[in-house]
Amino acid sequence: MFEQILFYAISAVLLVAAVGVITARNPVHGVLFLVLAFFNSAVLWLLLEAEFLAIVLVLVYVGAVMVLFLFVVMMLDINVEKMRAGFTRYAPLGILVVAIMALELGQVIWLRASGRNLSIVGSQQPDGYNNTKELGRVLYTDYVFAFELAAVILLVAIVAAITLTMRRRPGLKQQDITQQVSVKREDRVRLVKMDAEKDA
Amino acid sequence: MRIGYLYKTLFLSELRAGLGVTWRNLFRPKFTIQYPEEKTPQSPRFRGLHAQRRYPNGEERCIACKLCEAVCPALAITIESEVAADGTRRTKRYDIDLFKCIFCGFCEEACPVDAIVETRIHEYHMERRGENILTKDKLLAIGDKYEAMIAADKAADAEYR
Amino acid sequence: MIELTTASIASMWAAVPAAIQDTLLITLRILVVLVPLILAVAYLTYAERKVIGYIQNRIGPNRVGPKGLLQPFADVIKLLLKEVVIPSNANRALFVVAPLLTLTPAFAAWAVIPLFPGFVLADINAALLYVLALTSLGVYGVILAGWATNSKYAFLGAMRSAAQIVAYEIAMGFALVGVVMASGSLNLGEIIEGQRGSVLHWYWLPLLPLFMIYFISGVAETNRAPFDVAEGESEIVAGFHVEYAGVGFALFFLAEYANMILISALTAILFLGGWLSPFEGILGADNILARPGFFWFALKTSVFLFLFLWFRATFPRYRYDQIMRLGWKVFIPLTLVWIFVEGAMIAFDIGPWFD
Repeated sequence: MFEQILFYAISAVLLVAAVGVITARNPVHGVLFLVLAFFNSAVLWLLLEAEFLAIVLVLVYVGAVMVLFLFVVMMLDINVEKMRAGFTRYAPLGILVVAIMALELGQVIWLRASGRNLSIVGSQQPDGYNNTKELGRVLYTDYVFAFELAAVILLVAIVAAITLTMRRRPGLKQQDITQQVSVKREDRVRLVKMDAEKDA
Repeated sequence: MRIGYLYKTLFLSELRAGLGVTWRNLFRPKFTIQYPEEKTPQSPRFRGLHAQRRYPNGEERCIACKLCEAVCPALAITIESEVAADGTRRTKRYDIDLFKCIFCGFCEEACPVDAIVETRIHEYHMERRGENILTKDKLLAIGDKYEAMIAADKAADAEYR
Repeated sequence: MIELTTASIASMWAAVPAAIQDTLLITLRILVVLVPLILAVAYLTYAERKVIGYIQNRIGPNRVGPKGLLQPFADVIKLLLKEVVIPSNANRALFVVAPLLTLTPAFAAWAVIPLFPGFVLADINAALLYVLALTSLGVYGVILAGWATNSKYAFLGAMRSAAQIVAYEIAMGFALVGVVMASGSLNLGEIIEGQRGSVLHWYWLPLLPLFMIYFISGVAETNRAPFDVAEGESEIVAGFHVEYAGVGFALFFLAEYANMILISALTAILFLGGWLSPFEGILGADNILARPGFFWFALKTSVFLFLFLWFRATFPRYRYDQIMRLGWKVFIPLTLVWIFVEGAMIAFDIGPWFD
């Protein structure tokens, strides 16, 4: 009973936040709505006893990714008029994506309604069940190849991002911090001994 | 040298040296003076609130020569002179604006008769607009009240002048 | 007139419905943690002023109450009575919410901190992740404060703080990975239990580099000197909280110090055995000094808090690009190397630390 109230309350907030993301005029507000949406979906996952996933969602998306999003969005000077200009051009593509997503969602709901069991969650877990441990076990045994593959792809993406943005421009002056911090007094100060007065 | 540098960096030796300095200072005797109860010693040359002095017979020293007005870098002094009843040259008005005054002591230096002096009083305040103007009466009152201190300070400083 | 005897209170208590009883008990437990925490924050500000004063050969506050002991209360009352000023071009809602957003995570993280054997508000499995997630949320308050204020200085402070916290979060996470590898658990109570034995069994020894990196990252994460570029009074006035006055400023202040205490407590738990006694295994088991207890936890936390203050009095502020370099190019590689070393130590079963 209590759990259901909680579920509906949080889902309501989640939906409001999700609508807020796409309707907010100020991009910063949009990002903040997205943060709220992430946070609420994390709480929904907690209700499903997926505590590891829930906390990692908060940690990775809310704590790191969205901070960078905010960082970028705050720096941007978005020209709203220009953004609106392409609306009719991109509308067909957008409608197509929405249609496919709606279709998929409907399919899942229909399958549920027809009595087929699609998921393993929802059943009460025994005492001493450790979500984190289970996830780790599954990831590093049954799905180890997929997992490692994903890791390698991410690594490649990181390397690619860095190589794409690292340009060595000729004539660019850069500070070598290692060199700066390893400077010693002898390198910079020269003590000169000289007479106070010159002999005539 | 490279290895030594690496060692120093990894084990934060310079940071630890810095921490050592502050740690030693943690136990040093403290310099704080608990102001209203304790006070630092003052020099007899201290330049605080102004005063006008009189001769021992009660006659005003100031002869309205306006040297102080001329020398004042902050233009804080305003003097108007007149001929007094006994035929001497006296000030009719002698105002010092304490808001303008920078307490440089030039007026004191310039005065040929040691009339305007700066006392050691530095704990004073004003409550209303206009109180920042030290008029002649106020200056003389201060001088009368603290004459003993002023005379002692002048005597102590005399041999260096 | 109802007579208040133990029996009557017990019967009154029994009359309360079970659900409300639970809620009341939980609230009480939360208060038992939070009220001393807030007091500790108040006296940490006092301790900071005293310690830094002594290091600078001054006395520090000594006027309000005996030895200045009532100074924190005087400060709090002053701040609460001040006018709340909201700049005219500020984003009002976010401007007001921002201090709360910094404060809430700082307090919420205490839910999983084991204070003494058998006492923790919420004994959850993924406690360490929970703490990490909440500490990473604290940055929102800073960023939003900086943005909502609509001032250059505040905005610069927010930008610096965001970049810095994201950078050090990673090093911090890796340091925690080391602890998790050593203890095999994400539960803070179990991590402490894993260090049982003696001082040499605590994780600081096998994880020494991680221990140092964790604490230094913690200093950076709380925006404390020498990593306080987000405030940087000599460059950007007061950074993200320039325009905050009165209660808003007090909340930021409270959050900063609560975060300091949190980081110190976590360092004590993860690397110095939390409430375990340092004399365990040296003195007999029945000796009072060898028994685990809140005292040891508080002592270790205080040592780290003192370090925070000591650092602030000693080190000049880092330059911004050097902070970034330290976080990305020094700490992250170092942690990765040490995690590898630790893996090897576990694989070859070196030392008494790893089960």
